[in-house]
Amino acid sequence: MREMIKMVIVLTILSCFSGGVLAYLRNSTQERIDNQVLEFVKGPAVRTIFEGASNNPIADRFTLKDADVERTFFVAVLDGEPRGVAFETFGKGYGGDVGLMVAVDLKEDKLMGVGVTTHGETPGMGAKAKTDPSFVAQFKGQSMDTPIKVVADGGSINAISGATITSRAVSAAATEASEVYKKLKDQITSEANKIKQ
Amino acid sequence: MAKPLAQEFLKGLWDEVPPFRLVLGLCPTLAVTKSIENGIGMGVATTFVLVGSNVLVSALRKLIPSKVRIACYIVIIATFVTVVELLMQAYAYPLFLKLGIFIPLIVVNCIVLGRAEAFASKNGVFRSLLDGLGIGVGFTLALMALAAVRELLGTGALTFWVTPIQIFGPSFKPFSFMIEAPGAFMALGLMLCFMNLAGKK
Repeated sequence: MREMIKMVIVLTILSCFSGGVLAYLRNSTQERIDNQVLEFVKGPAVRTIFEGASNNPIADRFTLKDADVERTFFVAVLDGEPRGVAFETFGKGYGGDVGLMVAVDLKEDKLMGVGVTTHGETPGMGAKAKTDPSFVAQFKGQSMDTPIKVVADGGSINAISGATITSRAVSAAATEASEVYKKLKDQITSEANKIKQ
Repeated sequence: MAKPLAQEFLKGLWDEVPPFRLVLGLCPTLAVTKSIENGIGMGVATTFVLVGSNVLVSALRKLIPSKVRIACYIVIIATFVTVVELLMQAYAYPLFLKLGIFIPLIVVNCIVLGRAEAFASKNGVFRSLLDGLGIGVGFTLALMALAAVRELLGTGALTFWVTPIQIFGPSFKPFSFMIEAPGAFMALGLMLCFMNLAGKK
């Protein structure tokens, strides 16, 4: 019986101690980790789209509530004024969700550019959506009034050969971004204008 | 039992180097040795966990009831692994992205539990520290050696930190088989073969 109690006590103390240490460490690294994730997962896509921005779009960000989802918006200052916002949407790809960073031109209500952030597509096929700049370049300047589609579905985007599903996923994510933008336009514009040049 | 202290450290470097002599911890050995950088990262992370868990297990060895010792060891090891995971995410995120799932998997790396059970639970704190350090450094060097062979043949370059250094000229055609999974088995097999030949008395 005494041994039994000892076992319980030792394990309990050990687990409590370990839980305490980890909770403390998690709290103190949380902010840094969040920044690192933004920098290395979303950063490359944001920076490519907003090439030439005079601010740091990763630092100048704000969040808005869209129904149940909280979205992060990155603001780019071009030619002295907050001109573009970028945010992430997802489309169903061949190997899970394809994350797409979509940048919108606030002045002309057009797509400024898109970039794939995360995906599980086949290397050499669907993965080209991320590695081949000529595919995502087609989204630049697309109007947001009509859904963006690949040529096979009656749209204007040339699909990556052998990766129609991935191309559709990217198009769907871009279309979703247009919807989100149209819905939240007023809030996005007022938040973006708060960013100092 | 009363081996010289230096021996506790040095045995990890050759006589008991984990992947080649004890043939333990092969999962990370095969999986992450695509570049030297990955090998170093994995090795350092494992060394930290080994030293930490060895010291703590050794310090608590009289308090831990033998019936629940494995559970206690796992709690200790898992704590250190999570510490490494959080620190790596906060300070070396690109490396964390490459090593990914293999960092949490250090918990079930049999080298760590093996040293806790076979050494730290029977020896003093200082000896356990040296043992953990020796095995950890040995593991790191083994990963680096294997990664060097694979990366050099597979890509023609060596990555010590972030940027690859081209070793062979541009005319080198990468033997990319070596950085795929089957190449890992072949490289490990050949390594074991040379280690055995070299160690033959």
